[in-house]
Amino acid sequence: MKNSSTTATPHPLEDLVRMDRIPHIWCSGCGTGSVFTSCLTAIKQSGIPYNQFAMVSGIGCSGRGAGYINIDSFHTTHGRAIPFATGIKMARPDLKVIVFSGDGDLCAIGGNHLIHAARRNMDIIVICVNNLTYGMTGGQVAATTPFKAKSSTTTLGNPDTPFNLPLLAYAAGATYVARWTMLHARDLTDAVQTAIARKGFSFIEVLSPCPVNFGRRNREKSLDTLRKYHENTIVKNGAHPSELDVDFNKGVILGTFVNVDRPTCDEVYRKMYWPAEEPKEQRKTG
Amino acid sequence: MKYWRVPLDTGEIQVTRGRVHIIEERCKGCGYCIEYCPREVLQFSRKFNKKGYHPPEVKEEECLNCHYCELLCPEFAIFSIAAEKAES
Ligand code: SF4
Ligand code: SF4
Ligand code: SF4
Repeated sequence: MKNSSTTATPHPLEDLVRMDRIPHIWCSGCGTGSVFTSCLTAIKQSGIPYNQFAMVSGIGCSGRGAGYINIDSFHTTHGRAIPFATGIKMARPDLKVIVFSGDGDLCAIGGNHLIHAARRNMDIIVICVNNLTYGMTGGQVAATTPFKAKSSTTTLGNPDTPFNLPLLAYAAGATYVARWTMLHARDLTDAVQTAIARKGFSFIEVLSPCPVNFGRRNREKSLDTLRKYHENTIVKNGAHPSELDVDFNKGVILGTFVNVDRPTCDEVYRKMYWPAEEPKEQRKTG
Repeated sequence: MKYWRVPLDTGEIQVTRGRVHIIEERCKGCGYCIEYCPREVLQFSRKFNKKGYHPPEVKEEECLNCHYCELLCPEFAIFSIAAEKAES
């Protein structure tokens, strides 16, 4: 059993990544690439042909995801990943539509789209990479920045209370809500697979380090952040979303919190407006 | 072997064997694979890649083929493949 130092064997995800664009822009120690790898692994393991998927991203560091995946994808305007995904889903309900974007894009700038897609039970999978800041633009305070955490615009600490994202998704009507960290890569991969297999609005929050623009201002190297993910988290499936605020001092709760069935937007719409098409499979577009 | 919690059947279960592959030029030296490999298979090498990072190298030929480094690496720079069945 000899281990090669640099290998000629291709990486198992080589077929799903636009390798001509690698290395990606994500900084050393950025967790976005890890979340992306878990997401691609789930797509691969689902066994569903790649042409049955579409990925949509907004703007931001994690918003680059759509540009690196080797399947149909959209890199959209800021905050508007969910409306694009909604359009794809309504036109091609047979596709599995995955939104891969960040907390700032999905929950602040595009926050209204998030709550309404959840309310309508739009059949899409939203993977929200939460790095607690606006990484790409220089580490400004975000809607997810923890209370008292430092950012480039709150140099003495954040005076505001951050969003509890699973609570937001749950309250708006999401039918699947989970939270993991990028370190919980297996649970995360399983969660994405569950979301791919089910119907309805799935929201998966993934905590992920931004060592460059968040960690640096909060005296936290990327491995320190991972240590917190390991030591200061509690897995509690079925926990009530109101307990899920992100406070590493008291422990951050991870797990699957909501998994219920409810008719999806495209199903109900089709039934009401195009009943004649009911027994047929979805329209095929060329 | 470093466990977060020692399983009761540690003595009985058959361990899988793997071979870890490293694509040195892609590595950005975050050290995640080194820190979180359950068998402590990896360590930083002394050499630099083109980007100026120290990629990992194999220290112990004890890879379990657990694929954790593969899942955690943000750079698609490391992965494991099942090795031929070990004798023991
Ligand atoms: S700025 Fe932060 S979130 Fe953006 S790539 Fe760098 S580490 Fe990742
Ligand atoms: S596959 Fe598992 S045991 Fe092998 S090097 Fe990677 S993390 Fe370590
Ligand atoms: S996890 Fe990947 S990028 Fe980080 S040190 Fe290991 S091989 Fe390099």
